[in-house]
Amino acid sequence: MSMLATTPRPPAASAWAATITLGWRAMLKIKHVPFQLFDVTAFPLMMTLMFTYLFGGALAGSVKTYVQFLIPGIVVQTIVFITVYTGVGLNADISKGLFDRFRSVPIWQPAPIFGALLGDVFRYSLAATMVITLGLIMGFRPAAGVVGVVLAIALIIVFAISLSWMWIIVGMLVKSPESVMTSSFLLLFPLTMGSNIFVDPKTMPSVLQKVVAVNPVTHLANASRGLMHGEAAGASVMWVLVASAVITAVFAPIAMMMYHKER
Amino acid sequence: MTTAIETSALVKHFGTTRAVDGIDLRIERGAVYGLLGPNGAGKTTTIRVLSTLLRPDSGVARVLGHDVAKEPSKVRARVSLTGQFASVDEDLTGHENLVLVSRLFGHTWKASATRANELLESFDLTEAAQKQVRTYSGGMRRRLDVAASLVVTPEVLFLDEPTTGLDPRSRNQVWDIVRSIAAGGTTVLLTTQYLEEADRLADRLAVIDHGRLIAEGTSRELKSSVGSNTLHIRLDETASISQAEQILTEVLGAGVHPGSDAGTLTARIDGNERVPAALAALAAAGIAVAELTLGQPSLDDVFFALTGQARENVGEEARA
Repeated sequence: MSMLATTPRPPAASAWAATITLGWRAMLKIKHVPFQLFDVTAFPLMMTLMFTYLFGGALAGSVKTYVQFLIPGIVVQTIVFITVYTGVGLNADISKGLFDRFRSVPIWQPAPIFGALLGDVFRYSLAATMVITLGLIMGFRPAAGVVGVVLAIALIIVFAISLSWMWIIVGMLVKSPESVMTSSFLLLFPLTMGSNIFVDPKTMPSVLQKVVAVNPVTHLANASRGLMHGEAAGASVMWVLVASAVITAVFAPIAMMMYHKER
Repeated sequence: MTTAIETSALVKHFGTTRAVDGIDLRIERGAVYGLLGPNGAGKTTTIRVLSTLLRPDSGVARVLGHDVAKEPSKVRARVSLTGQFASVDEDLTGHENLVLVSRLFGHTWKASATRANELLESFDLTEAAQKQVRTYSGGMRRRLDVAASLVVTPEVLFLDEPTTGLDPRSRNQVWDIVRSIAAGGTTVLLTTQYLEEADRLADRLAVIDHGRLIAEGTSRELKSSVGSNTLHIRLDETASISQAEQILTEVLGAGVHPGSDAGTLTARIDGNERVPAALAALAAAGIAVAELTLGQPSLDDVFFALTGQARENVGEEARA
């Protein structure tokens, strides 16, 4: 009977090894449940097709011109939308008792959180690749080439990770994964629609223009366009980096404090 | 040192509910120890405190000589917990789940894969190794969960209601597993609502209710305080219950009390010889018996014997 281990007990896993392992778990979940990636990316993909072919000509003169404008923004919308899964996954782990196992194992205690974020980076990259691929098929031609696209995606991921901290807090506060989902849309819809992802805000009422101008998603979309098309984007990039730093500085400590508190 | 777990005046409350209300335990190394009690008695809270998931409000709990509040990581390094709800990832396969936990305990990827295969084999899960856990039966999940607690051999294993919700065959499998773990020298602390389970597995038992320890001893000691057999009777008409109680008390002697359902009575008896006479006496008084069972004392009987009153039905509960 080899039920009990015959080999000696290994030294405890390092913080790094534990984080990598939990990130590996997040990737396995994408492999086994690819639907969780598709159900959130399906919506932005549908918006891409709809806006491009229905309104593209009217908004930008031609479909081809509009695609150049829209795709960098749609990548932003897609990734910002799926940040909510960080909270959904955490909530499910807590309610199913899986976190009890992680917390009773002798690992660096924050590893489950950082492992989840590591899995998120992979998930965001995958989603971005899907959108860019669809864009290329539709005639999107980023002037700054692969390097510009990769830089833009990296910046979007930095911002997305800062948002994830908010969902970690929501994930620990609410009762079920479904409520994480529901509460998230209250924030994510205004955040992505009240930006310049779809149209130039010049024709909007002046009050709305002001809102759009301070929305970090607007700056992120600007930065994404600038980087992908090789235009000057320094100010927007800086704005996004500062916004990400502020969001992280506010929410990450709260999230970690709540996480360390017993449940 | 021969003591594995020791608590003194342990208290843990949630809001105004004192889930654990001054429990003293002393559990020897290598023992299988059972915490017996109804839902909401404080069993799970006790185990969560001992496995460092909850911090005690007052009192001291030591596991393998380490204070759980002061040195939680030292405790975590030497114990394993199998919670009440199978704490495995449903989206992953059985093999992946075990590799995950094995990695977290510090094994290399290669050693983790080897250990996962060993465990799957000894827990009779090899065939399902590459299937997602969501397709597993309750018994298979439970076995996987226990297997995950054994990737490295713990010195103390906490099992919270290991067989609740399992069919009899799976229950027997889990019992066999617990026995072989204990045979390897691991101290096992398990909680259960079933007297039979505690009886079959545990060397010693503590009966807890409302966060307090109400009895402690071997299962033989506890049973002798209850009586060797019980007679359960369900009457046709609930109205004649007090008359029936009187008649049974006269014929069988002391130890008759109303059961947890209306119209039922439970009597402690030392042998079955007096049962026909008791039935005849009931028939003579015109009381019809709908159902009759002779059997082992139940948890309710233990509670009656220990506290002198039928257990109140615990409705609300703090962290079952």
